[in-house]
Amino acid sequence: MTAHFFIEMERLHRHILSMCSAAEELICDALDGLRKNRSELAMELSGRDRVVDEWDIRIEEECLKILALYHPVANDLRRVAVVMKIALELERVADLAVSIAERSSAMSQFVTFPMPSRLDEMAREALSMLHDSIDAFVEQNSRGARDICKRDDHVDQLNDELIQEVVDVMKQRPELIEPAMHLFSVIRHVERVADHATNIAEDVVYLVEGAIIRHPRLPRNAGGLLASRDS
Amino acid sequence: MVTFIETLRSPIERKAMATSPTTVLRVPPAVAGVDRDMDMSQHPAAITARGMNFYYGENQVLFDVNLTVPERSVTALIGPSGCGKSTFLRTLNRMNDLIEGTRCTGEVLIQGQNIMEPAVDVVLLRKHVGMVFQKSTPFPKSIFDNVAYGPRVAGERNRAILADLVESCLQKAALWEEVKDRLGESAMALSGGQQQRLCIARALATNPQILLMDEPASALDPASTSRIEDLIGELCANYTIVIVTHNMQQASRVSHQTAFFFEGNLVEVGPTTQIFTSPSQKKTEDYITGRFG
Repeated sequence: MTAHFFIEMERLHRHILSMCSAAEELICDALDGLRKNRSELAMELSGRDRVVDEWDIRIEEECLKILALYHPVANDLRRVAVVMKIALELERVADLAVSIAERSSAMSQFVTFPMPSRLDEMAREALSMLHDSIDAFVEQNSRGARDICKRDDHVDQLNDELIQEVVDVMKQRPELIEPAMHLFSVIRHVERVADHATNIAEDVVYLVEGAIIRHPRLPRNAGGLLASRDS
Repeated sequence: MVTFIETLRSPIERKAMATSPTTVLRVPPAVAGVDRDMDMSQHPAAITARGMNFYYGENQVLFDVNLTVPERSVTALIGPSGCGKSTFLRTLNRMNDLIEGTRCTGEVLIQGQNIMEPAVDVVLLRKHVGMVFQKSTPFPKSIFDNVAYGPRVAGERNRAILADLVESCLQKAALWEEVKDRLGESAMALSGGQQQRLCIARALATNPQILLMDEPASALDPASTSRIEDLIGELCANYTIVIVTHNMQQASRVSHQTAFFFEGNLVEVGPTTQIFTSPSQKKTEDYITGRFG
């Protein structure tokens, strides 16, 4: 493989890290905004989301160029495939950040609406999962990535409990249905952030070990590849 | 008026498209290609090398090679120059016997027989284990006589039988349509790609079970290379093929199993899809990703 290939791979790595940082800051600010009731935050984040979208397209183009020109194999192939997938996850995380900020902005009009304390716990856990999954990608730490996947169950449990709380509020106080609907969406978005973090962690396992760990109930052969393909 | 929902494809139409994607992808449906999902564990061994060592004089170039080649499959041998892959290939029909001062220990079983034993009839062995070289080597004879050469040496004189055999082999080598009207012309007038396919047809004429190919497409243009690769994909339904190639993409395209040699050692062997996505040995990964070699 030529020196050009290694230069392209290095550039791709720098770019995906820049995108990681931009997307992580976005979701961090969006979740922070839940506590601070900043009504102008949604517009600010929407502008920053465009930067993440630009990274998404640029990284996809770079990956396709590398695939077409250099035909990478083994760990190089896995890295290009994983970078494409992670870019997609991050783009969605950034979209969720904007959606959370929009809902947060709408909820700020209902100052008496009680924000459940466990939402903060759920948001911190989802954010931590995203942060750790990006660290696992940078450090190529598949063991750490596998641990992140297990933490998604805790977020799912918090999601179920919080949704139940919101439903109870709507039943008991119909006048709060509108802010409760916004809160319902926020909870779902935070849960999706944890899902994207889990997807990134699964991609890291594939990058390091070559094993696809999604859908663990499907039969696989020793090489980690599906034993039989769809016909 | 046609409603929007009526313009959508029904699930049944979708399914029909999925089973016949050739219209969408614009690929010829006739090309067999290599079936990557083939379960090679179901194929009995065509070749089994056990503890093979090879020496050029005092210089040992193969070290304790153990490799099984499944029947009716394509095995690619890869590795940097001088790693021993061509030496290993030539051992499989004892072509190395022609080089003075060479010595081989260990055993190579073909149809249960150790072909390294001195009593083995090497002419008969080479009839069963054909070979195609890097540079096409047509004889300065007609196209017909090139393909008929082996059967004639084996004693076949019946013109009708030879004609059928020549046609059959040229068809298997995907050359018949291009040369059927000029079988009497010199083989030297064919293009490089056609000459190489002629050599494959000539190798098939002795009805071998195994075909050895030493970089068969390295001197050919992309279109001719593609035809040779398609041909390998079709031939492996009936023949066991072992191919040496320096072209990593070719190895990944045409083979079911890939064996990586380095400094005379067989470092790793496994299903090609696995070797090119998740090799188990660091050395294999470094080689196929161009970190060395």
